[in-house]
Amino acid sequence: MMRKSTALSPLARLSIVMACCPFLSACTEGVLVPKGPVGAQEKQLLLEALIPMLMVITPILFLTLWFAWWFRSSNARATYRPRWEYSGAIEFSIWMIPLLVILFLGSLAWIGAHQLDPYQPLASKRKPLVVQVVAMDWRWLFIYPEQGVASVNELAIPVDTPVSFRLTSATVMNSFFIPSLGGQIYAMPGMQTQLQLQASEPGNYRGLSAQYSGAGFSDMHFQVLATDEAGFQAWVERARSAATPLDATVYDRLAAKHESSGVAYYAPASGALFDHAIDHATKRPESTSGVSASNPGTTLSSAGSEH
Amino acid sequence: MFGKLTLSAIPFDQPIIMGTCIVLILGILAILALITYKKKWGWLWTEWITTVDHKRIGIMYTLLALVMLLRGFSDAIMMRSQQVLASSNGHGFLPPEHYDQIFSAHGTIMIFFMAMPFVVGLMNFVVPLQIGARDVAFPVLNSVSFWLTAAGALLINLSLGIGEFSRTGWLAYPPLSELPFSPGVGVDYYLWSLQISGVGTLLSGVNLLTTLLKLRAPGMRLSMMPVFSWTALASNMLIVAAFPILTATFAMLLLDRYLGTHFFTNDGGGNPMMYINLIWTWGHPEVYILILPPFGVFSEVISTFSRKPLFGYRSMVVATMVITLLAFTTWLHHFFTMGSGADVNGFFGITTMVIAIPTGVKIFNWLFTMYGGRVRFTSPVLWTIGFMVTFTIGGMTGVLMAVPPADFVLHNSLFLVAHFHNVIIGGVVFGCLAGLTYWFPKAFGFRLHEGLGKAAFWCWFVGFYLAFMPLYILGFMGMTRRMNHYDDPSWLPYLLVAEGGAVLIFVGILLQATQLVWSIKKRQTLRAGADPWDGRTLEWSTASPPPPYNFARVPQVACIDAYWEAKQEVTTAPEEPFEAIEMPKNSGLGFFVAFFAVIGGFGMIWHIWWMGILALVAFFALIVWSSWDENDEFELSAREVALFERANPHAA
Repeated sequence: MMRKSTALSPLARLSIVMACCPFLSACTEGVLVPKGPVGAQEKQLLLEALIPMLMVITPILFLTLWFAWWFRSSNARATYRPRWEYSGAIEFSIWMIPLLVILFLGSLAWIGAHQLDPYQPLASKRKPLVVQVVAMDWRWLFIYPEQGVASVNELAIPVDTPVSFRLTSATVMNSFFIPSLGGQIYAMPGMQTQLQLQASEPGNYRGLSAQYSGAGFSDMHFQVLATDEAGFQAWVERARSAATPLDATVYDRLAAKHESSGVAYYAPASGALFDHAIDHATKRPESTSGVSASNPGTTLSSAGSEH
Repeated sequence: MFGKLTLSAIPFDQPIIMGTCIVLILGILAILALITYKKKWGWLWTEWITTVDHKRIGIMYTLLALVMLLRGFSDAIMMRSQQVLASSNGHGFLPPEHYDQIFSAHGTIMIFFMAMPFVVGLMNFVVPLQIGARDVAFPVLNSVSFWLTAAGALLINLSLGIGEFSRTGWLAYPPLSELPFSPGVGVDYYLWSLQISGVGTLLSGVNLLTTLLKLRAPGMRLSMMPVFSWTALASNMLIVAAFPILTATFAMLLLDRYLGTHFFTNDGGGNPMMYINLIWTWGHPEVYILILPPFGVFSEVISTFSRKPLFGYRSMVVATMVITLLAFTTWLHHFFTMGSGADVNGFFGITTMVIAIPTGVKIFNWLFTMYGGRVRFTSPVLWTIGFMVTFTIGGMTGVLMAVPPADFVLHNSLFLVAHFHNVIIGGVVFGCLAGLTYWFPKAFGFRLHEGLGKAAFWCWFVGFYLAFMPLYILGFMGMTRRMNHYDDPSWLPYLLVAEGGAVLIFVGILLQATQLVWSIKKRQTLRAGADPWDGRTLEWSTASPPPPYNFARVPQVACIDAYWEAKQEVTTAPEEPFEAIEMPKNSGLGFFVAFFAVIGGFGMIWHIWWMGILALVAFFALIVWSSWDENDEFELSAREVALFERANPHAA
């Protein structure tokens, strides 16, 4: 699939900078400072929609204030037309102006929805890295089926390589979101969603759940470590040295805990666990008051090597 | 005997909650003592509690909305303060289990018990007067509707001191709201109070819809109906079509929670996403239920105070009806991030944007109504101009989020929070406050103090921008909604400005309270006649406050702006004699139904089954008893009508 280049004409670039001045001065991180191609295109689309709209509403705001002021009752110079209530030309224009704007924006929405469909693989010479994501209460589990490792609350990715996420949830609904890299997608129990992202600059980015999921929601964030290929391999080796296998038993114990946690690594970990995770979420919970029960018997910290 | 209810349900260990409860209880006791001291119980019962007069019911709805505005606003300012204090992973003063209840209560109360009663209250008061009717189609049912809404409001506020409120956000998405994840009574408080008030809203919708279609004054064709009544018609059509969806969806969630069914559970083949689809097929039309009547208010205000007919009446009506139809075609834009695929997302992105066309037309109509007018800058006009500016910006950010990939980065962020407050405060709240100021003299016979009203407007207006513009920026910076604490210190300055805005809005609310008290005290100097604003529609043709029967002689209508046109001609037709008027009698049905609804709802929430059964039996008995009561009307003799009319001379 064709993807639009992110290059902009100088005029467009200038207007974008002007429109974003108050934002850019403040933002060091966020959706207006994208660090990957998906985020960059989403930002560009956002501005392509915002700037024409600003150009339409600014005169309307001005006219509102001007008409109200000029036709104030104390202004003797303004003509009073007590019976003027219809004008065919104006009626036609006030339907046509919004119609044309929406025709433009509607096309933008339709094309954008297709070009930036989170399920579409990204165009790249490199083979995408597959990461399976499980949202838990209130942690993120990342399984790397091809590398045979898994991690909690830390997502390592190589730069300039498409990352193909498969997502589900072990408990309630969450939304997987890395503002610096691009848009979010829901992680839902018993279901699977997909998302493609790519980092073009090395760095540490914030990842989080954008969908409120209960008491520990505010701590449900993770670090994204975008490094070069060598750095990524080093990270995989480090995870492998954890030597705590992630099997179905360990997974079930992990999923049953309702608390936020630090970083942990697991190896070996198999991609089949992801299917287990989807299936496991649709099983009847053992106790209906599972939220308060935090299973004091299980020792998670010894199961995974805490960072 | 008492189900799950024990003394431990009262949060004695929570100083904030207990303090609030003690103040509330003392306040209520003081009011009750005052009523007893002034020997006003009989008056309260006959004049207000059992009244079936649409005007008084409208006033009670509005009063309920104003009280709930205070409740919802206290929640808001606590949330803002928490986010200021919880910067850099400080934990603020509210632990998550309390904070999560507060944001859930804020949304629920502001939509269901502030905005809805305010809008329904205005429609109740104005619609019959505006279409020249003597009351709504079913006056007793109207009282039942109001009291059911009040019952829901009471029940939701009981959760403050007895047990807990829901921690699942204002729409209680499953599976979080299902038993395994929310085992407490919070979600049950949410569901039962909204089920009870939802029935009230649906009945009110049926009532006003019937009134608008069947009780218009002779000669008033639909094409001559005032624009506020048109928007009320649209809003009530939406209520009748959408509220049953809400009731059915909540009923399924209740079945899941009480009988172990699997509509929306993770296990047993349930599908939580079905709930999200269903709740938004109600939820998006709900947005238009709330905003259309304020659009009507602005139309009346701008036309009256420009001393001109509304520009493009037909366009306005067509735009309103187009919005009504399209309201049901856009619900999916609330969850573009569910992974529906490009075609589905693209389709709903476009349908959402299409609504901006008729809405844009309306903005232009108001604009050109001022053109060639003589605009008087009264406080209702300030609210209207403030709305036109604010709502246009809010509409733009809404259209922006209708572009699916833009929504991917803005969904669930503070940008979204800023957007919907931009349209709900800038649209619904400004509209209701404009309507309150505009029709207040009609309801009570005196105006509200203008200076204080204008000062309140400026506090609200500036406060709104300070409170919500920083949230747009924070949304771009990646801050999501409903955060209890966060670790990014660069967010703090914006949150501080937002807190300042919330405080300024609070000053606005204080000014409005002062305005109300001041105006009541000085009402002799603020006396308004039947037609204080040089109005255009029929409500201004009868006395202020209007007699119980509204119009001694039912008006004849032959054009839009019927009263304005009537004022232009000097008629010397001989006065016809007054006639006797058939009036509905007071009825305690609404109050008693609501009483048992509270008992039943409370019993169901706490699993006190005998209370639920008792309430059901009592409810059935009440309906049977009232259905066979044929002595429900009385006659106001021609002499009594003439006496009132001579004592209150007015134009018509």
